[in-house]
Parts: sequence; C-alpha cells; structure tokens
Amino acid sequence: MALLSMRNLNTVFHSEEGKIKACNDVSLDIPAGKTVGLIGETGSGKSVLGLSILRLLPRNASLTGEIRYKGQDILTMPGKQLQQLRGNEIALLPQSPSTSLNPVLQTGSQITEGLCLHRKMKWKPAWEKALAMLRLLNLPQPEKKAREYPHQLSGGMKQRILAAISVTGRPSLLIADEPAKGLDAVLRAQVTGILRQLTGETGAAMLLITHDLKVAASLCDEVAVMYAGEIVENGPAEKILTNPVHPYAQGLLASLPEHGLRPIPGYGPSLLDLPAGCKFQRRCLLARDVCAEKRPPWQVFSNGWHARCWFIDQSRKSQQNLYRGDLQKTAV
Amino acid sequence: MVGQSGCGKSTLARIILKLLPPSGGKVFFKGRDITAAPARELSAVRRKMQIIFQHPETALNPRMKIYASLAEPMRIQKLVANRNEEKARVSDLLEQVGLAAEHLTRYPHELSGGQIQRVVLARILSLHPEFIVADEPTSMLDVSVQAQVLNIFKNIQKQYHLAYLFISHDLEVIRCMSDRIAVMYRGRIIETGPADAVYKNPQHPYTSLLVNTFASFNDQTHQISGGPAANPGSLPAGCVYAPYCFKASAVCEQTPDFKETTKEHYVACWHV
Repeated sequence: MALLSMRNLNTVFHSEEGKIKACNDVSLDIPAGKTVGLIGETGSGKSVLGLSILRLLPRNASLTGEIRYKGQDILTMPGKQLQQLRGNEIALLPQSPSTSLNPVLQTGSQITEGLCLHRKMKWKPAWEKALAMLRLLNLPQPEKKAREYPHQLSGGMKQRILAAISVTGRPSLLIADEPAKGLDAVLRAQVTGILRQLTGETGAAMLLITHDLKVAASLCDEVAVMYAGEIVENGPAEKILTNPVHPYAQGLLASLPEHGLRPIPGYGPSLLDLPAGCKFQRRCLLARDVCAEKRPPWQVFSNGWHARCWFIDQSRKSQQNLYRGDLQKTAV
Repeated sequence: MVGQSGCGKSTLARIILKLLPPSGGKVFFKGRDITAAPARELSAVRRKMQIIFQHPETALNPRMKIYASLAEPMRIQKLVANRNEEKARVSDLLEQVGLAAEHLTRYPHELSGGQIQRVVLARILSLHPEFIVADEPTSMLDVSVQAQVLNIFKNIQKQYHLAYLFISHDLEVIRCMSDRIAVMYRGRIIETGPADAVYKNPQHPYTSLLVNTFASFNDQTHQISGGPAANPGSLPAGCVYAPYCFKASAVCEQTPDFKETTKEHYVACWHV
C-alpha cells in the first residue's frame, strides 16, 4: 500500500468570476521512501495539489475526493488530528525561501522552535541540535549564520534553513514546492544535493513539485505530468523524462534548449473555462474529433506507466517526439 | 554572458547602458566613448541601446494599460506624427511578438510573465534599437514559454540585424542564443570565445566545472561555493578563482592575462 494515495481529488476555488478548477480528478500514489515528481507549467495546479494534501488552502477552496495517508482519510480528519499530522508526518518545504522565513527572527530560532514543538525538546538542546542540522547541510559557519536574520543570508543558505525546518518533525513525507526555481546552475545542484541528503538520511518519501525537468531527472523515482489540473501521464521517471508518450509531455521535453527549443504552440486553457474532452486538444498535433468529445481514459503503456490520451498507439509507433518535427505549419 | 548569481553580470549590463557610472574604464558604442558624452547627447544613443530586465512583473507601469505603455516611448522620441500612425505602429509591433489586439486594453497584472516579456520586447522595438541587453529575460518563465519567447528573440534579431548581449545563468540557453560566449566570475571575464568552442572545449577550470555541472548535474559544487556572496573588498590578489581552483599554484597570485588558445578563444588562466 502506498504511503499516500489520492483518488479522484478535485480542488475548486470559488471566485467572483466563477469556479476555478485547479485540480481535476487527480489520482496519484506516493510509495513510502520514494520520490515522486510532479511536473508541468505554471498554473497547471501543481502547487495547489501539494497544498491540498495538507489542507492548507484558503476558505474559498473546496476539496472533494479522497486523500489517504497511511489509511486515514485526510479530507474528513478533524482539525486537531490534522494538526498532529502537519509537520510530524507530512511536512512542506514551501516555495521561495526569500518570503517563507520570518524576517524578524534569527534563522536558528526558526529551526529551534520547530524542534521544540515537534520533538518536545528544551530550547538549549534544541538550539544545539539545530546547529548540528545546519552542519549536516554544509552551511558555512553555522554558529554565526544561526544568529543572523534571513536578509543577511544568500538564497542557497536560506534554502538550507528552510530545509532544516521542514524536517524538524521527522516527517515520512516531504512536499517540496519548486525548491530550485530561479536559482542558478550551481545553487540548483546544491539544493538538489540537500534534498537527496534529507530524504536519504530519514528515508522519507517526497513529492517534488517542479517545472525543472533536470531537477526531476536527478531526484525522482516516478514522475506525474500535470496539465490544466489533470495528471496526463504517470510512470517511471527515467522513461517519462527521456521518452514520454503523452503529446504534452513530449512538447515539454522538446521545448528545452538542448532539445532544440521548440515550443508547444498556443497557451494552456483557462481554469475557469476548461474544454470538454481532452484538456490538451487545442495545442495537440494528434487531436481529432474524439478528443473534443470524450475525456481520454488512462491507457496503460507498460507496467506502471500510463497516459491519458486517445492516441498513445500513434505516438508509440512513431517512436519519436512529435514536437521535434517541423512546427511552422501548426504554430499559432 | 554566463555566470552564477552575484558575479556582476547585471552590473556590467547597467554600466554598458550608462545606467550606472563606471569607476574606471570606457564604454564605446559605434566607436564613440559614451562614458564621457554629456547627458543631452546621450538621448539619441539611448534609443539605440535598450535593456530587458529579469522580472517581468516590475517592467511595466501597473497603472498604465498595455497600449499606453507601448505608445509612450514613441511619443517621447517623437517617432509618430499622429494618433492614427501611432495605432498602426502599435498593432504592427504587437503582431511581431505574437500578441493580439485584445491585450492592448489590459493592465500588466492581467498578463502572464511570458506575455509581459513580449510586450517589453515590442516596446523596445518601437524605438528601432541596434543593440539590446537582455538580462535573464526568461529565467522566471516555464520551459515551454521560454522556448516561445527565445524563438521570438531569434526571429527579431534576424529581421532587424540586432546585436544582443544575452545574459543568463543557464548555459544551455546561452548556447542556443549566442554566437560568442563570455564567462564571468566574481566581477571578471575569465573566458570568451565562439559559442561552440567555449561549450565543447572549455579551457578555464571554472568554465569546465560550469559545463560539467550542467551536463551531468553532479554535486561537486562545494568547490565553487563562497563565490557569489563574497565581499568584493575581500577579493584575492591575482586570479579570482584561485581559492577554489584545483590547479592553483604560486603563480596564481598574479592576475593572469588573456591568452588566445584557438582562434578568437581567449582564456585568463596561468595553467592553460
């Protein structure tokens, strides 16, 4: 049994303009000790999915479906029990280290308070433990840096402080939301190293939310590709990140600079007004009438690897990336 | 131009455009020393040299609609005679960057990051520039949107014969966009040459490390930590990379000069 399993999860925001469907019928398993990558472009609902797991959404959001963690349903759990889960069992490593730390507290205190809360430690030993954690994460001069404030630290250092805070409760599942966004190559490799170290030492599972395919390739066992609130392909990381079957995943790969910088034509649909049938139809090179009429079911490609597309046989036959061909004809 | 965060890429870009004064040295634009030119003479030169900044959300006035943002520079530079000509020019520009007329009546917060970078590019093109500094124009964008925007950059360059100084920390993007690459480290250019030569045959130890980090995503990076946040006042005498370099020796206490290794490929390292 998976550590965390989501079944038919829907997250809807009720706004003045209407219902924003951020997650649509999402089913995903995260096995214990494994790293699952959630990839897709901005606005595809990746972060909302991560926050849905911890029910950390604003009041205008409604959640339906099922999220089971070690068999318990998170969506029906009373607040007190959920509070016990947050941080201790499932922890969040939030996006943007520059805005996630408290600007008026010393960085060391922010780790220490987590240790006091989650591990019931006294302040002094907790402070020592916090320093030890920072040493483990290769933060230079930990004694000095722990007494400094977030604005005095570089982006990579802040990322390490956040990483330390996120594991103060020794979680079995870490949700890391875009940990390497906007970082340069050197820092990105460092952050990747930190995450590998954290999950390696604690044996924790991780849901890695990222649009960076390189980060995903270096950390993930499995990958789920998200588009317009739906998971469109799911399977082993090394397969999907080198030779995906869903046309959207193929387009994502082809738009990397090293694969020729070929963009997917057009833009994603508005989450306020999603098309019937396949959500990707308007940008897809394989789209036919059936795509506009019926939502494609999961098609099994091989063991543990499936995609939501009516035409995976075509893409299997062609044995190459659709979007690497001549795009001029179809460009919008 | 490639280099890690904090190495001085953006500062150099601003100095080139005279948005910051240099402490020493000169910048020549079409043979003319612009560091010494008086301010009122600069206005004409400024039109020819433009910049695109990294953060799209801060590039446009949030209280102006897109049309007004696009038209304003042309009015200031007196490039359009009347409203009709202005409207025609704006819709022409919009088409070139792949946006539609519906975007003109929107405010910046109603556009996505990729769309704003296109508006900024359209606004710059309205002035007929010859040289554009693009300071990490796509680092905040998704890969698919990045590919769209970079393709527009390339098409426009071909169409108008523009020169770009394209700044990025992403070596793959740099390789796609560049004819020549310059590698910057702690405020110095340490290697420069034809794009393929620098990428496939890096000479400086720092460049090799950068190329390897990108290619194989390994974690040898502690060897170059300490670079970005370092106080420029505490820079070592001689080679700036020496404290982290596996090849470093006594000779590195002297500042290395550029050596030409192959044709037009220059490296500042004693051990090349």
